[in-house]
Amino acid sequence: MISTAVIMSALELGCIYALVALALFLSFRILNIADMTTDGTFTLGCAVSATVAVAGHPILALPAAMLAGAAAGSITALLQTKFRIPSILAGIITNTGLYTVNLAVMGFSSNVNMLKTDTIFSLLKEALGTGHKLIPAAVIALAVGLFLIFFLKTRLGLSIRATGDNADMVRASSINTAFTITVGLMLSNSLTALSGAVLAQYQKTADINLGTGMVIIGLASLIIGETLMPKGKMWLKVLGAILGSIVYRFIIAIALRMDLPSECLKLISAVIVALAIGLPAMKAARKGGN
Amino acid sequence: MLQLTNITKTFAKGTVNEKTALNGIDLHLEKGDFVTVLGSNGAGKSTLFGAIAGTFVPDTGSVVLDGTDITNLPDYKRSKYIGRMFQDPLKGTAPSMTIEENLALAYMRASSHTSPFSMISRADRADFRERLSMLGLGLEDRMNHPVGLLSGGQRQALTLLMATLVTPKLLLLDEHTAALDPATAEKVLELTKRIVADNGITCLMITHNIPSALELGNRTIMMHDGKIVLELSGQQRRHITTEQLLQAFHQQGVVSDRILFSADL
Repeated sequence: MISTAVIMSALELGCIYALVALALFLSFRILNIADMTTDGTFTLGCAVSATVAVAGHPILALPAAMLAGAAAGSITALLQTKFRIPSILAGIITNTGLYTVNLAVMGFSSNVNMLKTDTIFSLLKEALGTGHKLIPAAVIALAVGLFLIFFLKTRLGLSIRATGDNADMVRASSINTAFTITVGLMLSNSLTALSGAVLAQYQKTADINLGTGMVIIGLASLIIGETLMPKGKMWLKVLGAILGSIVYRFIIAIALRMDLPSECLKLISAVIVALAIGLPAMKAARKGGN
Repeated sequence: MLQLTNITKTFAKGTVNEKTALNGIDLHLEKGDFVTVLGSNGAGKSTLFGAIAGTFVPDTGSVVLDGTDITNLPDYKRSKYIGRMFQDPLKGTAPSMTIEENLALAYMRASSHTSPFSMISRADRADFRERLSMLGLGLEDRMNHPVGLLSGGQRQALTLLMATLVTPKLLLLDEHTAALDPATAEKVLELTKRIVADNGITCLMITHNIPSALELGNRTIMMHDGKIVLELSGQQRRHITTEQLLQAFHQQGVVSDRILFSADL
């Protein structure tokens, strides 16, 4: 029922979207902020990557997209820390503004075609002789995962973790929480943008609507990963986010095989997230906790 | 050391809830002073600590620490010099992080020169281990356990260690043993005395317990309605009894059930 091609593409997409799951692991789980910038940042990453690749620099496209994503994250952080706008609203404001920015990046067109453009995948194919798109996708996902595991153990990483855990205590350690929130959101949005950047080159097209619902897809992946992995160590959580993203892509692939119209996928994702976040809390309430 | 001059703070100004929490506070602390603070609920004790720690900027007056005016310095910058502990044991530590990671954060107060990308070193670990063993709670063997698994007393002892890991110029203790059971409270208080004495830390401690307010430290102040209404030190403090102090409370009309119970007459 499921061909090798379907499995491969689920693995490839899983690794690419895993970056969004890792970004949300950082913002949602570590910093305790539901970052609504995610959708717009993902599209921003697509748009920057496509535009720079079309201009002939597919490799430069990735750091450029990450920088753009970090900038978007810094705006959400600024709205939240300096203007005291509630975090969810701050993300929605940036996200709304990004729609125009994303169109502008793509030359006020709603999509960019990259059919004749070199991508990191086509360059690697030339260099290595194999066309496996999984290799670069997996390498990027694992590299980012490893980076996060180490980063979260550094002093800066510790202060970001503590900010989501107990902000009072962070201030008592003479660390500015506005600073840690800004660094955290810039990093998480740069990862989301990187995901969009790789995806645009993977499918050789960028579209203004690619990021729609991305925050929910990322959360669904993250939560699937959390239920699969044992609790505890940081590297298990990071690995869980990557695995969760791959499993999510398999669920989607199976749903598509079952002739489920692709329009239904967003609804299914929404239900998965609502249940996955809601059920543990309901269980705890029944046990008499809070 | 610490000089508070004419500090006032009114909350919710211009509304029916208007409350003058601090009303012209003047207080001077010498280096090494250990001052206990008494007063009924709403007297302004915690607000006074807030003004010193920088939780808010006072309406009038100035806070000078060690010759530097810190009145407008944000709280996170003041915490480099001022350690603070609350009644709630959950407030001072990050529950999902390990003991070691919590200590590493507290240690950052001193290490503005180290790279933000450095990790906890072997030397740090050995240092933390030694400091933890001085608490006598066996925490040195649980450095990789999340703090959320510790009891309230253990968390409060750890918070005390964190607040003094880098010796602060000033330590603010806001009823830091009030939420603990008597035996644990006694233990944390013993630790407090030892750490403060060993490091010669200047200290302000809020308490509702008159005997321990008179026994601990070298000065006692009593607050009521946002003012300091009584100051005791030296001979006068040494010879005053719990009953006499209660009498003083009565004269000020500030006696509360909590203070009466603690007096244990």
